[in-house]
Amino acid sequence: MLKFCMRIFSLFALSASVVFFIFNSAFAGKPTKVGFVYLTTPGDHGWTYAHELGKQMVEKRFGNDVKVSVVENVPEGPDATRVIRELAKQGNEIIFTTSFGYMEPTLKVAKEFPNVKFEHITGYKRSKNVATGNIRFYEGRYIQGVVAGLMTKTNKIGYIGAYPIAEVIMGINSFAQGLRSVNKDASISVIWANTWYDPVKEADAAKVHIAEGADILAQHTDSPAMLQIAEKKGALGFGQSTDMSAFAPKAQLFASINNWGPYYIRKIEELKSGKWNTGDGPNHWAGNDWGGLKAEMLLISKFQNMPDSVAKKAQEALDGLKSGKINIFAGPLVDNTGKEIIPAGKSLDDGALWGMNYYLKGVNGKVPG
Amino acid sequence: MITFIPRDKVSKNWTIIGPILSIFLTIFFGLLIFTFLGYNPLETLYQIFLSPFSRIDRISDILVKACPLIIVGIGLMLCFRANVWNIGAEGQFIMGTLLAGSFALLFPSVETKFFIFIMIVIGFIGGALWAFIPAILKTKLNVNEILVSLMLVYVAMLFIDFIVRGPLRDPMSFGFPLSKPYPEGAIINKIPFPAIGYLGQLHYGILFIILLIPISWLFVNKTLSGFKINVLGAAPKAAKFAGFKQNTITITVLLISGGLAGVAGVIEVSANIGQLQPEVSFGYGFTAIIVAFLGRLNPIGILFAGIIIATVKLGADNAQMSMGIPKVVTGLFEGILLFFLLTGETLQKYKIKWSKVT
Repeated sequence: MLKFCMRIFSLFALSASVVFFIFNSAFAGKPTKVGFVYLTTPGDHGWTYAHELGKQMVEKRFGNDVKVSVVENVPEGPDATRVIRELAKQGNEIIFTTSFGYMEPTLKVAKEFPNVKFEHITGYKRSKNVATGNIRFYEGRYIQGVVAGLMTKTNKIGYIGAYPIAEVIMGINSFAQGLRSVNKDASISVIWANTWYDPVKEADAAKVHIAEGADILAQHTDSPAMLQIAEKKGALGFGQSTDMSAFAPKAQLFASINNWGPYYIRKIEELKSGKWNTGDGPNHWAGNDWGGLKAEMLLISKFQNMPDSVAKKAQEALDGLKSGKINIFAGPLVDNTGKEIIPAGKSLDDGALWGMNYYLKGVNGKVPG
Repeated sequence: MITFIPRDKVSKNWTIIGPILSIFLTIFFGLLIFTFLGYNPLETLYQIFLSPFSRIDRISDILVKACPLIIVGIGLMLCFRANVWNIGAEGQFIMGTLLAGSFALLFPSVETKFFIFIMIVIGFIGGALWAFIPAILKTKLNVNEILVSLMLVYVAMLFIDFIVRGPLRDPMSFGFPLSKPYPEGAIINKIPFPAIGYLGQLHYGILFIILLIPISWLFVNKTLSGFKINVLGAAPKAAKFAGFKQNTITITVLLISGGLAGVAGVIEVSANIGQLQPEVSFGYGFTAIIVAFLGRLNPIGILFAGIIIATVKLGADNAQMSMGIPKVVTGLFEGILLFFLLTGETLQKYKIKWSKVT
């Protein structure tokens, strides 16, 4: 009986693989198949929507030369592994997994499909066929700091953070550097929302900040709720991931926009020409694709709701960051307890940014945990 | 006002016609919606219902996905049979996983083949302890177990979040909330079949279901304890007259269902994730409530209900990948399916009586 079952099983497996093979070869020479895995439904703002815009740029650029499959709303666990595996099985040649929590699932599946290329967004582990891509989000926050420093009347900045991880903390510190470059009296208070996306919590945090006297709000969470509250209460703030001026036309000073399109396009072009690679360095950010303003992976929306003089300063900061004239984390740096982080003449490297667990001067309180 | 009046006799014919009619109506409305939205309706139905069976590795994906649902569902079955409303299996799942996972991470050098069995036992204890809170509050202070068990889900979610961001965070994770990977002994492996190799992701955790289903069937149908549970649920007064200890039964079913939820968590995470992370459950504890009722509070029914739910979930992903149908649309279809199946079942048991509010 067992033998019979096994025979049936192997027959199944055999026929499945034959079908798969025929299916595969029938598609040789056809458009490059590209897969995307999204954490949520794209909607019209925020993290996943920014990836959706990137995907649309890919489709526009390559037209019929690519065939794009998207799976949205994929939880960061076994479902992700299954979906990524399925995309690989369906013959996608390059698969973009667009959330940090897909790191282990991506690596796991990549091991099983050595001929498929994987692009994990915001991760830090690579392998032979897993590359990682990320944006220097913190650069935009420096400009936010400059604008906030010039616009604030109360000298109190309210910052809403998602989780106290290095990525968010370096954003806060970068903001502080921008802030202090123009206004030594202003300081930042942080409220941790403990979520990437929860309009209710984000709105509550914004209300608390305003009640405490903050007149400029910044966020490292995903919904437009903070800006909507700012709009209602006459405060100002910055949009996140995508341009949010439609939600708060009178409150948004500008938004840092995640521009994944050019990265996706470049990696697909590399794949088509056989030049796709994962950079070097096995488990470190060095060698990773980590682009910012200069690479145009981070864009800055129109400066608005501010006097021309402030917009001019903001533009200068933007130009300075692009040209490399401004080095955000150049020494001397001291943390907000007065401890020296790095002396004059030196500056923090990428590895040090990912080790940040302290606030720089200009930020109140201390990092939880 | 609408009142539901139990039927004296459940018609034999309708127990067969009912589900068929439900599925027929689901398909009909599904076709209508898909056509209306501009998707090829037949292909969509194929993707949702049949494509998950189109390859052997996809079939094993169904089993892998259904595994935690079935285990949790069987535990909940005991509760619901006894009229004890444990809505917090999600939290018990998380706490079982967390306790067993912490054990694995704190004693990574314990090298024994039985390590995973120890973890399963610890997972059971973890889940049971979490369910013990509503159990004791219910029996001692008559606190509503629905509220307590549900609220404890959120406590559990925040607790595991805290643990993987703090005490158990991998120092090499750049501040990201992940534990270290589980040691080798804490991983549940895929099953190698002689001459075939692996069947997709099918793992040894499935064996637990193969054991659990007959045992739970025997327990509810052939033992005195099972009988007591049934009586308590169906006729609490009769149970009282018969001298059954209501509190003991309530505590027992909550502990078992919490424990099984914990075991489901251990199996799921050890087989499919291999480390602790802020989210480990993805709503299995809640979906299992539907699975338990869809399976008519019967172990074999729950097996099929788990498979149906898993199939539709996988099919929805397939429909997205191959046809670009957004998840909201397939979610709508899933809702229609559950609506008709559960309504069909209710109408078999109850008559509806309309009356004017006076």
